[in-house]
Amino acid sequence: MADKLILGGHEFTSRFILGSGKYSLDLINAAVHHAGAQIITLALRRANEGGVANILDYIPSGVTLLPNTSGARNAEEAVRIARLSRECGCGDFVKIEIMRDSKYLLPDNQETIRATEILAKEGFIVMPYMYPDLNVARDLAGAGAACVMPLGAPIGTNKGLTTREFIQILIDEIDLPIIVDAGIGRPSQACEAMEMGAAAVMANTAIATAGDIPAMAAAFRQAIEAGRTAYLAGLGRVRETASASSPLTGFLHD
Amino acid sequence: MKVNGQTQPCPALLTVQALVQSRGLDPQRVAVEKNGHIIPRSRFAEETLCDADTVEIVQFVGGG
Repeated sequence: MADKLILGGHEFTSRFILGSGKYSLDLINAAVHHAGAQIITLALRRANEGGVANILDYIPSGVTLLPNTSGARNAEEAVRIARLSRECGCGDFVKIEIMRDSKYLLPDNQETIRATEILAKEGFIVMPYMYPDLNVARDLAGAGAACVMPLGAPIGTNKGLTTREFIQILIDEIDLPIIVDAGIGRPSQACEAMEMGAAAVMANTAIATAGDIPAMAAAFRQAIEAGRTAYLAGLGRVRETASASSPLTGFLHD
Repeated sequence: MKVNGQTQPCPALLTVQALVQSRGLDPQRVAVEKNGHIIPRSRFAEETLCDADTVEIVQFVGGG
């Protein structure tokens, strides 16, 4: 049976969610293709002047759009942004991001639960970005979230899985896809998240700030696929003392 | 009339469609809110605006 990521009844074979921020529109197509991404995130902002190319013209057809609610400071603002995003005619997916702090951009978990509840009832496929906390993840599941998106490290830091132990708890205890979002800076970190049992990884800054954007997108794809395969294969055990890999008989000195 | 936070005069019988197009934007690519309520794209051509209105016109941009 094919290994699929299922979100709100939609099936995906790719487990790499690509961000579209902080790099040129001209590179988006190549990045999506090299990433093998089937989901790409977007932000919603005031449209003040025409003539500027629209990002939708640069995203390959067939790719699922995942608008975020960045800029929202509470549940009401997130709900407003989500409704406007859906009105743009690009589907029911929404990634909830609610922050009150601009230094670390840490998500407000309580407001995120409130927004999830409202939007799930309105038929959105809700993907909430959150600080990894088991009680909050349970509340998000109860509120109708399609997945849970814990941060590995603050957005844009490229620091990796600084919340590793707490993400592992979510993976072990929550019966929804756990998608590691934010802070993943290297393919090896994305691979580790997948080895742990994460359902997918979302990355933006790691790709956008790489020397070669399409090549880094490809490296992440390979790492995520390798980590997923390793998770499904079942990692070998860890021991405190050595365990010979070669036979302990038939030595030349016997 | 206030559009995206900026005050501007509102010509008589200005429609949402005309406002969007006057800013060089593709009506198929934007969402519009008037006085806090979403105006569906199907109503852009008939929904008129007046000086008392507050309008938001939004579109997708790159983001993570």
